[in-house]
Amino acid sequence: MLSALLNGPWRRELSRLPWSIIAVIVALGGFGLVILYSAAGGSLDPWALKQGIRFAILLTAMLGLALIKPDTWLRLAWPIYGVVLAGLLGVELLGQISGGSQRWLDIGIIQLQPSEFMKLAIVLALARYYQFLPRGYETRLNALIPALALIAAPAALVMLQPDLGTALSITFGGVVVMFLAGVRLWLFVSAGVAAIAAMPLAWSMLHDYQRKRVLIFLDPSTDPRGAGYHITQSKIAIGSGGLDGKGFLNGTQSHLDYLPELQTDFIFATMAEEWGLLGGLYIILLFGVVLFWGIRVALQAKGQFQRLLALGLTATLFFYLAINMMMVMGLAPVVGIPLPLISYGGSAMMTVLILLGLIMGVARHNKMPGN
Amino acid sequence: MSNEAAREQSFTRRAFVLGGGMAAVGATLIGRMTWLSIFEGERYQLASEENRVQLRLIPPRRGWIVDRNGKPLALNKPDYRLELIPEQVVDLDATLARVTKILNLDFADELRIRADIAIQPRYMPVEVARDLDWPAFAALNVQVADVPGLQPVRAFARVYPDGDQFAHLLGYVGAPTPEQYREQKDPLLIFPGFRIGKDGIERHEDKGLRGTAGALKVEVTARGKVIRELGTRADKPGETLKLTIDRDLQNYAARRLGDNSASVIVIDCETGDILTMVSMPAYDPNLFSTRVPAKLWKELQENDHNPLLNKSAMGLYPPGSTFKLVTTLAALEAGVTPDQGVICNGRYRLGNNTWHCHSRRGHGHVDMHSALPKSCDIYFYQYGRQIGIDAIATMARRLGLGQKYELPLAGQAAGIVPDRAWKLKRYKKDWGIGETLNSAIGQGYIITNPLQLAVMTARIASGKAVMPRLMMPAGGAAPVFDSLGIPEAHLAIVRQGMFDVVNSGMGTARGARSPVGGIHIAGKTGTAQVRRITAEERRHGVKRNEALPWKQRDHALFVAFAPTESPRYAVSVIIEHGIAGGKYAAPIARDVLTYLFEPERALAALAPIEREVAARREENARLQALADTTQDQQALMPSWLRTDLVAPPTFEIADPDAPVPPRDDN
Repeated sequence: MLSALLNGPWRRELSRLPWSIIAVIVALGGFGLVILYSAAGGSLDPWALKQGIRFAILLTAMLGLALIKPDTWLRLAWPIYGVVLAGLLGVELLGQISGGSQRWLDIGIIQLQPSEFMKLAIVLALARYYQFLPRGYETRLNALIPALALIAAPAALVMLQPDLGTALSITFGGVVVMFLAGVRLWLFVSAGVAAIAAMPLAWSMLHDYQRKRVLIFLDPSTDPRGAGYHITQSKIAIGSGGLDGKGFLNGTQSHLDYLPELQTDFIFATMAEEWGLLGGLYIILLFGVVLFWGIRVALQAKGQFQRLLALGLTATLFFYLAINMMMVMGLAPVVGIPLPLISYGGSAMMTVLILLGLIMGVARHNKMPGN
Repeated sequence: MSNEAAREQSFTRRAFVLGGGMAAVGATLIGRMTWLSIFEGERYQLASEENRVQLRLIPPRRGWIVDRNGKPLALNKPDYRLELIPEQVVDLDATLARVTKILNLDFADELRIRADIAIQPRYMPVEVARDLDWPAFAALNVQVADVPGLQPVRAFARVYPDGDQFAHLLGYVGAPTPEQYREQKDPLLIFPGFRIGKDGIERHEDKGLRGTAGALKVEVTARGKVIRELGTRADKPGETLKLTIDRDLQNYAARRLGDNSASVIVIDCETGDILTMVSMPAYDPNLFSTRVPAKLWKELQENDHNPLLNKSAMGLYPPGSTFKLVTTLAALEAGVTPDQGVICNGRYRLGNNTWHCHSRRGHGHVDMHSALPKSCDIYFYQYGRQIGIDAIATMARRLGLGQKYELPLAGQAAGIVPDRAWKLKRYKKDWGIGETLNSAIGQGYIITNPLQLAVMTARIASGKAVMPRLMMPAGGAAPVFDSLGIPEAHLAIVRQGMFDVVNSGMGTARGARSPVGGIHIAGKTGTAQVRRITAEERRHGVKRNEALPWKQRDHALFVAFAPTESPRYAVSVIIEHGIAGGKYAAPIARDVLTYLFEPERALAALAPIEREVAARREENARLQALADTTQDQQALMPSWLRTDLVAPPTFEIADPDAPVPPRDDN
């Protein structure tokens, strides 16, 4: 049994992995470690070393996941979605009982964050849903309602936590899959128009502090010491980096505590201050390569499920990237979304590497002979 | 299969749309970042520097004030203090609790700090503690460095080595007011522990004394913690101010005055240098530079000797007989010859009224030579009336009365030299001849301050239009004054008269005779009446001044110069309610002048005077303590036993007809 496993077709299987993309991922993760090393004032403690170990373990896990056939995910789609949804419900109930909001599910050895997994599960579930929906039925009301319910249920639960960023991410993943599955365009257009039309209404329903946040986003200079502080300091960090930055370990915005959350949500600003526009281009272009690869994998994939899975996940990754970078550059309000592969934090890194593992699974399947 | 192909086609289409969207967002991000870092880069680099680098003020040390010989009158000593800036404080209670752990703040201190915070703008620093010793200051620096709003500062406290003696002249320093900050917008003014001139020369010359602040460039974190120093620009200390004052002489004069409410001014007749300008009693400017205790402030305000008033420049007094010098010169100018005279029988009638001479029985024949030594009022009634008020007023102004001088003082009273035009303007009435009589002997409307009398004396002594000065110019060049334009013969007659006041047998100030061999003093006494003597009282005999309450006694004045052969120093002495110029003011002028020639002899005269003053102080303190105890006991008594609750009948002492000299200052 063991010898059969050891003597299995490892070399053939490994050769089917997209090594160039793995190299890009390592390049991004490695750069992240360099930034964390500087963010800690030139020290492995407290972030770089921990993150490095995590990255190594999760990267291996990603390779393991890549070896699993997409068909397995197809079979497990509903159970996984069900379990994660139950987890979200459990977190919510636990929070109700203990009388506070909670995002974590403590299962002894590690703390799990169901909302993170839901970002993936929603894509998985909807891809599974549309795999078996006959073509032409996508836009029908009785086909739309289950899909919308699949999105709305977890999104609502996450909103209750409350975690706007993750809820948006889940909604975005679900809607993208619906879009790719062929739901009529006019639906998206009219939904968009309806959303814009509803804005004044939503505005009137917002709390004062929420309105203030939006206004501050529109003009951070109105509140340079308060909520606008983060955006302003982040823009100063990025802008002061110039073309090639102030140099490794020479960032002042980060090292003198002007930049908030310098190792997590605002790590792009931390990087940009020391590496300048060139460092920013490095990250954006490498992620562009990953995204391009994800799209190509989806286009080459066999079957609706694999296509939707690959591109839905790619879009989710893109959502992370876009929102985070737009936030640090002052193009989006401050929402707590970390930069994939680079920000410090285990949960987010795990989600992103599982996501990439799933896409790699599709990619490996594409290369299988006889498909 | 065609179904699957159509699906794939639709997917591919939409995948391209999605991919295109991603590319567009990616391009936007790159564009935005390029915009921020390349096109706006400079602006953000500046902003980042502004974040990182903080300029911290180094307050300049205040310039010293020294006397004409370079002896310090005001200097600085390091003062370690803890200040609090309310604007930066997060939690006041926690902050104060933190301080209390390190320093001994009692409840009163805390109340004061809270009151200060409540009434001041949030950006004004509030003093928490001052005069900390070095170990406490060092401990504070370590322990409160991370408490926002608390600032241990090494400031400089002003020290006035001679205290009271120079209080009115130099003034004192204090914390700037919010109004001053709003007006000047100088960040120094809200620097913790910074002090500016509040009175006297300190206030007038504040600009020069203040100096220019230096700056310390430091790198700070967002929480304000200093990481390192990047560079310094040294502060420029304020200029040292050299005064014409002679510190030793001023100290001597102040001691010689004892507990009198008085002023002494000494002027150099040649240069106009004010050697001494002392007004007593005074207050301790060292205390005023910190915080005046409420009890002391109340005492100072209630004290009938006016310790808060600079009598030398701000006090106004009728010049009394010292003004007869002016009348004499005016009479000479108007053509009255020295040999013309009057018969004085003690009374001078004008219409239905009678004016009296200070000598009840009269002086007999008085001419110009004896008028000054005898200070015969009748002589001056006669010739003052003859030459008219305008001639007298013109001469008074020529001699420096009725005007302010260019001096760095916080305030100066101009006094009044009345004439016909003035009366018309002020009272819309014509001048009366009786008023001329009063004016001729320095009573009535005419009012002067001690500084003007000193200048007048210096001008008579030198014959030049001496202007007083307090600031020693760089190089110490002596100014050249124009001649007054008064014939030397006229001046000689007046000077001889002044000589006789002191040195002849008939003089009113024989007690002012100089003890120094070869030096003669010439002077003129003055006794300015405070109350009006009624005809009734005259019949029964005028009350002796010594028998009157202090407030109703006459002011004693004496002006003098010495040496008579070549006048060098002019002095004016005024003792409020000092009874008689010749008896009480003249000896002070004599001793002060003696100090200039023979300090040892003058110092020897101090001992008995100071013994007397000390005994009087002791007695007063004992009486005060007794009164305090009585008051305390009375407060404890049941109300029906208390006598102080029944108001004693009050008697109006002041005569309602008494001429009240106008004391406004225009």
